[in-house]
Amino acid sequence: MRYAMVIDTLKCVGCSDCVVACQTENNVPEGYCRDWVTETVTGAYPTVELELKSERCNHCDNAPCVRTCPTGASHIVEGGVVLVTPDECIGCGACIESCPYDARFQHPEGYVDKCTFCHHRLEKGQLPACVSVCPTKCMYFGDLDDPKSEVSQLLKTRTQKVLAPESGTKPNVYYLT
Amino acid sequence: MKEEIFISGRNIPNIDPSLEVWHFPISLYLFLGGLAAGIMVFAALVTILKKEKQFQATVKQAMLVVPIALSVGLAALFYDLTHKLYVWRLYTTIRIESPMSWGAWVLLIITFISIFWVFSYFTEMFPKWDWKYDFIKKWEAFFIKNRKPMALAMLPLAIILGVYTGILLSAFNARPLWNNAILGPLFLVSGLSTGAAVILLLSKHHYEQSMISKIDLFLIILEIFLIIHMLMGMYAGSEVQLEALNLIFGGPYTVMFFVFVVILGLIFPALLEGVELMGYKIPIAIPAILILMGGLVFRMVMVEAGQITRYLY
Ligand code: SF4
Ligand code: SF4
Repeated sequence: MRYAMVIDTLKCVGCSDCVVACQTENNVPEGYCRDWVTETVTGAYPTVELELKSERCNHCDNAPCVRTCPTGASHIVEGGVVLVTPDECIGCGACIESCPYDARFQHPEGYVDKCTFCHHRLEKGQLPACVSVCPTKCMYFGDLDDPKSEVSQLLKTRTQKVLAPESGTKPNVYYLT
Repeated sequence: MKEEIFISGRNIPNIDPSLEVWHFPISLYLFLGGLAAGIMVFAALVTILKKEKQFQATVKQAMLVVPIALSVGLAALFYDLTHKLYVWRLYTTIRIESPMSWGAWVLLIITFISIFWVFSYFTEMFPKWDWKYDFIKKWEAFFIKNRKPMALAMLPLAIILGVYTGILLSAFNARPLWNNAILGPLFLVSGLSTGAAVILLLSKHHYEQSMISKIDLFLIILEIFLIIHMLMGMYAGSEVQLEALNLIFGGPYTVMFFVFVVILGLIFPALLEGVELMGYKIPIAIPAILILMGGLVFRMVMVEAGQITRYLY
């Protein structure tokens, strides 16, 4: 099992429903987000291009946050999901410094928090909250080890990218372009 | 020409524009850790070479500073943790991949060694002191007899501690200013130099002062070379490293780095020490204090500026 998220930047309209769904589902404290939408405009008028994408923790295969965590609070569970155990986290911030995507933050209660791919929902066979609410259905979630899964099929047929591959993290959130 | 016009901010008020999770206490911790490591390296070396007689301040007064510096450093580190009640979790595992993990272990072990060390010299330093109980005196005799083995353990551990203060930062590939291999040796040399400065401040003997001063002069020159090396490496690096370099070349940390670290903290004290060694009278406290100031500011620049640097994507 290897979970991956595939996001179609051509279908995203930047409504931020995914952000609100995550905040509600996961009780994210005010002023913080586990996911966010960026808007990138490139080119000079009249040939401009707009790209919208929903970003979050990439649940990296080679996760630097897990490597640098001194207590083992940051760890990888089945399916490649990267999680933090609050009761083991000392709040040293090493993992925050080691994430090239700035995907982590210090929860007001002290421990470090970030996207969990909605692990509690996956266990019940449900999709992550962000994926399930997207009104344009631009997000897909599934198992890369299963060649028939929607995500595997999409990655086989569409052009794609991951963010900052040069950082060596081997991210598991893909963007279709 | 294609140019990027605009990228929306993420607009997460408590996280953006830049994550700043490490503050002054971390710089202080790295500074004190390096300084303590420096003193311990000198004390261990003179003990192993059987030169304690000539280097009294090194093995006594300066070593008295070590447990204090380490405790203050640890307290500073603890102060900057956000989930303090769980700090004991550091000592329920050891993770070789995480510098913070093995660094915390080395720090714990070496703090105890330094306390035993001071204990073994305590009555020599304060002859009026009386331990009262016989069993304490027995322990004292035991540690006095085993100063050499203590020195043999302390030397490698102190070097590891000194390197660790740099590796702690250089292990973060996500922060281009930190992510260079030279930072470990550079922080070790800087730590040795600040340790030497403490010894210079405390020493009353001319021979000890002039020897440590000579070594310190060499260390400062080495440190300047390592800094040039680091900057050149970044200058020849990729876009993210160039952007990191811009922070100290023209960016907000330029004055802090070049005036307080390079000129006042390294070049000026090196000149003063050089002139002193040529026989002119200069109060040794001036270069020593400048070196200490430079060492602390250096860590502040690295810790603060490093957190701004990041990958571009
Ligand atoms: S995106 Fe950041 S927090 Fe998530 S696994 Fe990768 S390095 Fe860790
Ligand atoms: S803040 Fe917590 S999860 Fe992050 S590295 Fe430190 S102990 Fe690990």
